[in-house]
Amino acid sequence: MKYAYYPGCSLHSTAKEYGLSARAVCRELGIELEEIPDWNCCGATSAHSLSRELSIALPLRNLAKAEEMGLDVLAPCAACFNRLRSANAAVKDDPALLESVNKTIGCDYKGSVNIVSLLGAINELGEETIKAHVKRELSGLKVACYYGCLLVRPPDVAGFDDPENPESLDRLMTSLGAEAVEWPYKTECCGASLSLSKPEVVVKLTHDILAMAKRAGANCIAAACPLCQGNLDLRQSQVEGRYGERFGLPIFYFTQLMGVAFGLPNAALGLKKHMVNPDPVLAGVGSR
Amino acid sequence: MARVGVFVCWCGSNIAKTVDVEKVTEAASRLPHVVYSTHYKYMCSEPGQNLIKQAIDEHRLDRVVVASCSPRLHEPTFQRCISEAGLNPYMLEMANIREQCSWVHDDKEAATQKAIDLTAMAVAKAVRNEPLFQQEIPVTKKALVIGGGVAGIQAALDIADAGYQVVLVERTPSIGGRMAQYDKTFPTLDCAACILTPKMVDCASHPNIEIITYSEVEQVSGFVGNFDVTIRRRARSVDMKKCTGCGVCYEKCPVKLPSEFECGLGERRAIYVPFPQAVPNVPVIDREQCRWFTQEKCKACEKLCPAGAIAYDQEDELITDKFGAIVVATGFQTWDPSEYGNLGYGTHPDIITSLQFERLINASGPTDGKLVRPSDHTVPKNVVFLSCIGSRDDEHGYPYCSKVCCMYNAKHALLLKEKNHDAQAYVFYMDIRANGKGYEEFVRRAIEKYGAIYLRGRVSRVFPLGDKLIVRGVDTLAGKPVEIEADMVVLASAMEAQPDAKEMARKLGISTDEYNWFSEAHPKLRPVEVLTAGIYLAGACQYPKDIPDAVAQASGAAAKVVALFSKEHLLSEPTVAEVNEDTCVGCLLCKEVCPFTAIEPKTIYDKNGNPIKTVASVNEGLCHGCGTCVAACRSASMQLRGFKDDQLLAEVDALAFAE
Repeated sequence: MKYAYYPGCSLHSTAKEYGLSARAVCRELGIELEEIPDWNCCGATSAHSLSRELSIALPLRNLAKAEEMGLDVLAPCAACFNRLRSANAAVKDDPALLESVNKTIGCDYKGSVNIVSLLGAINELGEETIKAHVKRELSGLKVACYYGCLLVRPPDVAGFDDPENPESLDRLMTSLGAEAVEWPYKTECCGASLSLSKPEVVVKLTHDILAMAKRAGANCIAAACPLCQGNLDLRQSQVEGRYGERFGLPIFYFTQLMGVAFGLPNAALGLKKHMVNPDPVLAGVGSR
Repeated sequence: MARVGVFVCWCGSNIAKTVDVEKVTEAASRLPHVVYSTHYKYMCSEPGQNLIKQAIDEHRLDRVVVASCSPRLHEPTFQRCISEAGLNPYMLEMANIREQCSWVHDDKEAATQKAIDLTAMAVAKAVRNEPLFQQEIPVTKKALVIGGGVAGIQAALDIADAGYQVVLVERTPSIGGRMAQYDKTFPTLDCAACILTPKMVDCASHPNIEIITYSEVEQVSGFVGNFDVTIRRRARSVDMKKCTGCGVCYEKCPVKLPSEFECGLGERRAIYVPFPQAVPNVPVIDREQCRWFTQEKCKACEKLCPAGAIAYDQEDELITDKFGAIVVATGFQTWDPSEYGNLGYGTHPDIITSLQFERLINASGPTDGKLVRPSDHTVPKNVVFLSCIGSRDDEHGYPYCSKVCCMYNAKHALLLKEKNHDAQAYVFYMDIRANGKGYEEFVRRAIEKYGAIYLRGRVSRVFPLGDKLIVRGVDTLAGKPVEIEADMVVLASAMEAQPDAKEMARKLGISTDEYNWFSEAHPKLRPVEVLTAGIYLAGACQYPKDIPDAVAQASGAAAKVVALFSKEHLLSEPTVAEVNEDTCVGCLLCKEVCPFTAIEPKTIYDKNGNPIKTVASVNEGLCHGCGTCVAACRSASMQLRGFKDDQLLAEVDALAFAE
């Protein structure tokens, strides 16, 4: 299986450990990733808040490049995934829009590319394939699987899993030997990019998520979105200070946990890049 | 030589405004075989009809063409008119110059030309019309009612009271249906059992009604007045004649199972009556669960039965009978709300459906009417009712409104407060649909007198937190998100068609809509009939209905049956298919395509009794004259009386070779 890899801005910067672990895990699973040459920003929240045309043009340029490569696109970041798929859907039944956007970006995109999320692509491989790669069962790990708002919604754009009560990440964690705790905040909003403009909102929202995970008995959270991971990890000490409540919940990318289970070296998974130290939780893993 | 009269109608200004009726009349007079033509302002009125009768007499007309409205509207009127003047009613032909001409055009000249063409076509066909005669069909004056819920019970009682025999077939061990599960009924708060169980007893004791429970209709053939029906009476494993209904057997049966009647909130045994007021009050053995049938052990019921009524060796019995009419009252089922992952149904015992709530507040329910939480048997204080669960939501369920949920939500909110004065009801709703007698007042009462808090909006999530259920939603009127700490959440799950509705429709030869509800013949004017004559609908098998609507429709269906039975004979429509046996090659493609199973093979014998060949044969009682077989026939041996090839081709020719 080979994909055109779209890392987006985060996986080379703030979410470097997501990029590292994603590539490492894909290598293990035989998913070949070829980075799209000269890719550009997906536009994220900023573009579609300003201009519809821009919010479609930016992702479409990346898709046009992937089309030249003759590959479908794999986008690990939930926001990128959402933007790429939204743009692709927007031009699908609107040839006039496609034509005008093509003119803007100087490309000749035909609309043949499909976009998958990393979680979706791994899901496709099936439980047995995952289990076959597990060298160190993640027993003792109680994971609150946190999908965030963009990965499975809106359902007609995301096109996989239940938009209200997704299960795919829970199933993945279970096949790694971890316990996926039942909790209701799987798709709750983390505050996303308000982290910069209105941090007090994010502190409140991330507090609610962390508190609920803790209440559900989790000892860590698995995320699938750089913004979610960033907010929950970076803001955690601030939340603890504000609410006078200690959480100590490491926030993993799900690929990092896969890497641990696959027996990959910590360095390859970027486990040193966390604000909340994951070592105490990981120390007990698999010792049974 | 045919003598045709043409009568052009103005229909007030409906036709005359867009069509030059005088010109049509004049053009018609020049058509071959037309010996008389005229026009009149209202041809269907008494003077108009007299005009036709007089012309038939004066001009010795033998065929009549009326150029007016759709034959759907007035063909019977004009057929009656010409037969009163001594002509065979099938010598009438109508040209529709209103619906298909004047109403849809505004260019008067073109519309007039079109009216002339349509009239010329009708004349060409009329010339080739032959007299047709209706046949008498005998009627078996005995009705079959399928389904023993309140609709079936009502229909059976009404037909029986009119003096006709009724067989009432019910699939479960007892009649009573859904209504037997309900606690009180809106808007009067009559206890459902108090008004239903007497009707059940009336049914059982009525000399004209035979109740066959634990049975299903297996096969239906025949046609109006003459249905042949096979009913499978499933082995009850209890002798109905010997059983006294003492109940020792199910008290002592060691196998405990979740009760279907209690919606899984209570238990039943492997030998059981679904509820204490069951009719008949005779248990059945659930053979899939009984220890004797699964492991050849136990036999406790047989040992203890004082009447010796246990009959393990009973077998299914096939009953065949003839019926003149069938009332279908097979009801509905409730939709499974676990489709909504965010509402948590099936993951927590205190998130229940409205039907389960009925059982929890019902005095004969699993808690003897004490409203407690299934999880810990504590009394719930805050109860949240969610409307439109699977209704008006084609993402998850169905786009239609289930019609009764707004009312029972109000009822539940009210009864909650009556059970526990400290309780608080919250109702999330999209719109309140309370359009029945006393309904709106009832909802207002729940809100104003019983303090139910109505929140207009949807719920996004229900999840447990400690021993509470957190309900998160939005109040769109206040424009705010709401969060309620609830003790219990009740989901008003949609009504949907029975899982085997499609199969039942196939057996009966009737049709269903896209949601598998049975289709009525006409949504407004023939709501209790189906397109197959002699079969009628009652209750929620057609569409979600409340009790008053179901009962009203049941009485309507019964009235139709009684009207049918009041005749000694039925007259069949002669415009049906007929076979030319000389040219038919017996390929029976017509049989394959016939939607009414009206065609069967027939063997032709020579004078010595040796078979010569097989041909198609039309059952005129079943044939609806749809013409599908005519189109399918390769040798043009199948013809539709009144619409034969030469008649239709003459119409085409008249159009093609018009000036």
